Amino acid sequence: MFTVNLAIMIPFLAAALVPLFRKRTLRIHIGWFVFLVPAALFVYLLSYIPSVSSGETFVHTIKWIPSFDINFTTYLDGLSLIFALLITGIGALVTIYSIYYLSSNENLKHFYAYLLLFMGAMLGVVFSDNMMVMYVFWELTSVSSFLLIAFWYHRKRSREGAQKSLLITVSGGFGILAGFLMLYAITGTMSIREVIHTVSVSSEHALFVPAMFLILLGAFTKSAQFPFHIWLPSAMEAPTPVSAYLHSATMVKAGIFLVARFTPVFGGEALWLYTVTSIGLITLFWGSFNAIRQTDLKALLAYSTISQLGMIMSMFGLGSAALQNGASSQSVFYTQAAFAAVFHLINHSTFKGALFMVVGIIDHELGTRDIRRLGGLASLMPITFTIATIGSFSMAGLPPFNGFLSKEMFFTSVLRILEFDATWQTWVNVIPYIAWIASVLTFVYCLLFVVKTFFGEYKEEKLEHPAHEAPYGMLFSPSILAVLVVLIFFFPNVLGEHLITPAMASVFPTIAGQADLGVHISQWHGFNTELFMTIGVVVAGIVLYLTLPYWKKVYQLFPEKWSFNQLYSNILEQTEKRSKAITNSYMTAYLQDYMTYIYLFFILAVGGLLISSGSYIIDIKQNNPISAFEWIIAISMMIAAISILFSKSRLTAILVNSFLGYGVAIFFVIFRAPDLALTQTVVETVTTVLFLAAYYFLPDWKKEKEHRRSKGLQMAISIAVGTIFTITALAVQNGKLFDSISSYYENSYELAGGKNIVNAILGDFRAFDTMLEVVVLLIAGIGIYAIINLKDRKGDAHIEDK
Amino acid sequence: MKTNNVILHAVVKLVVFIILTLSVYLFLSGHHKPGGGFIGGLVLASAFVLLFIAFDIEAIRKAIPFDFKRVAALGAFISVGTGFGSLLFGENFLTQAFGYFDLPFFGTTELTTVTIFETGVALVVVGVVVTIILSIVEDV
Repeated sequence: MFTVNLAIMIPFLAAALVPLFRKRTLRIHIGWFVFLVPAALFVYLLSYIPSVSSGETFVHTIKWIPSFDINFTTYLDGLSLIFALLITGIGALVTIYSIYYLSSNENLKHFYAYLLLFMGAMLGVVFSDNMMVMYVFWELTSVSSFLLIAFWYHRKRSREGAQKSLLITVSGGFGILAGFLMLYAITGTMSIREVIHTVSVSSEHALFVPAMFLILLGAFTKSAQFPFHIWLPSAMEAPTPVSAYLHSATMVKAGIFLVARFTPVFGGEALWLYTVTSIGLITLFWGSFNAIRQTDLKALLAYSTISQLGMIMSMFGLGSAALQNGASSQSVFYTQAAFAAVFHLINHSTFKGALFMVVGIIDHELGTRDIRRLGGLASLMPITFTIATIGSFSMAGLPPFNGFLSKEMFFTSVLRILEFDATWQTWVNVIPYIAWIASVLTFVYCLLFVVKTFFGEYKEEKLEHPAHEAPYGMLFSPSILAVLVVLIFFFPNVLGEHLITPAMASVFPTIAGQADLGVHISQWHGFNTELFMTIGVVVAGIVLYLTLPYWKKVYQLFPEKWSFNQLYSNILEQTEKRSKAITNSYMTAYLQDYMTYIYLFFILAVGGLLISSGSYIIDIKQNNPISAFEWIIAISMMIAAISILFSKSRLTAILVNSFLGYGVAIFFVIFRAPDLALTQTVVETVTTVLFLAAYYFLPDWKKEKEHRRSKGLQMAISIAVGTIFTITALAVQNGKLFDSISSYYENSYELAGGKNIVNAILGDFRAFDTMLEVVVLLIAGIGIYAIINLKDRKGDAHIEDK
Repeated sequence: MKTNNVILHAVVKLVVFIILTLSVYLFLSGHHKPGGGFIGGLVLASAFVLLFIAFDIEAIRKAIPFDFKRVAALGAFISVGTGFGSLLFGENFLTQAFGYFDLPFFGTTELTTVTIFETGVALVVVGVVVTIILSIVEDV
């Protein structure tokens, strides 16, 4: 039984197996084994296209934590299938590319383990129907992205870029978590499909709009929307295959996926339409505007990715206009924008993936990617040049490349929105102008990319290696993508009918039943406004490109210290400073103080509860009588406890303390709890050994200096804690709040095959708890090991900053 | 100061095997009687700790060439892995199964997946306890 759930697990499994490969015994690059994973999954997912294009969807559930409605449910529909095909398809190509990009001297096991981790997490995001499971996968993509950006962790900039991306995307992730929990509070279900079904009722709820904004926050941070875009250029410190895969083709589109997935939920809100469209358009403009000033090819592509993501985002915003006045067959007029968005999303992955790989080739072969040092490579690297031209002309929106089609459709959708009866009419009227200006700027940076790199003067003295064509293995993946760019232009409707139309049914389920959401994509639709806009883009673009030196001064209007980057680092710096000050104010290096904090909290919280709930009235008449033997043990334990206070040497204190532990063990024996008695005995033994080991390092046994607090206060705290503890222990027996649940466990022999109820609970009924405890124990162990062994010793040099 | 610990050494050599046997017994008996993975692991760990106390650490390290951090990690992997194992059979996460089998020599024996799960628990306990104690002792 091979389900989508298992398909998600396969990359994780492979990631766990990658470190087992031994480099020496292996002649072949590990990448070839890794390649099999996305390639096989891609082929497997392709087999779903016929059924999905006929409108089928596939749901499969594995129960996870049913009591909290958290189940590992996968939902395969048109939308998730498109994303999954991109993830596995581009993933396979990027893996091939990386085999030639990364030499065997690099830490390949780490690289491929992280890459597979990302692949699994990303598949999890797009297939998850359960919001909590989706959230976990969502954060996992952030984590794997962090690890991949910091792959060359000896570079300071890599670490900073990784930190920046993690901080920004994870804070957005928290927004999503809060938003999901709010949705759960409103609808009472964790399943996205069920949330969509109940939307007509839940949209009246007070938390509905806050939930929407929180989820949008997550989507915007992940998809690098203004003003959260700053992490994407810094993330370019990652190896280029990673940039091509995560930071242009897949991960940054997770935010767009989320917007598309939740359009049926929130799309009817006017605020959704305005927020998504505006943020998308601002990002589109700001990204393209900033791309022009970049001199690093990768940074240029990063800003161009930001800009293109903004464009896709805005199209999804425009598409939600269809839901504003209730879904009807007339709404199809506006859904065209969302169709264009999905189409451009696919196109962007093809041409931007190819462009990133081209930059990687240039960087790899020539040793630089600074456009001031490049030039005249067209004749020296003809294949690379061809791919770059196809990619950038597609991005600029020129025929015969797929970017032209989606750009035209983008223009169509910004023109159609003019007919929308909006509350903010002036803003809506501006939309086509912003779109057009941003397209002109896009054209300019595409020209810059091609002309500055491949034409002009060849400057060999500025390069680290003389220019030469890349090996065929490296050219393979970008060539495939470039071929796709052209193929999609000529046969766009194959894609449109089989993939995009079913995806549209997922985005607009309410309209899908009433009208055909498909759009026929045509290369030529006569002389209309869209075509004139494109011609205008080309003319204005060429003029702007030629006059670039004259108007480049505009960028000096935005000095470095006013940038969002500066804001980010200021916030980071201030946060660190403030939190350090706060921490230092209460971390006094006196154990006495720390104990006081803990016990004061205990007194206030537990004691306060005892008093406020009135449960301090104890009835001990029902309790069993105390036998003489129990008295003896209790009294001797009391004597031991008090004598600790007066012991002269530390050794005595430790031994007397362990007497207390063994006393408890004896009590367990008397009260017929052999499991607990055994455990207590062994734990006590091991702890005593641990104490004795630590004993060696402790300073001489002397009273800590009397400091601030008087003895009286300490005495009061001690007595209060003791009293509260005793009362709590006795009060537990008081009223029964619910019936005993032990009768269920008495059947352990039939249910779990074990006669030991305690262990049947630990290993079977509540195995989840035990599993997590084991993991926590492991983490604690590793933590202690790290603290003790890897501490910064005096005089050690900081090697990581070299 | 080099003390002559002949008696301690002799006793420990003998006692360690008793403790080891006890730990295996406790581990296996956990299904029906007191015992189980946690306690079995702890007893096993205390056997190792006893060896480390009686002899010097380097000698024992050579005799027992495990990296206990890895033992702990392996244990956690096994425990979590059994959870995923049940998924492969279409069951819910961490579903445990048991059955009665006729084995030669043992007769009718109950075999359960809890044992695998508990093996993981035991390994984590051994690994973590020994790692912590060794780290503290060696940190000179």
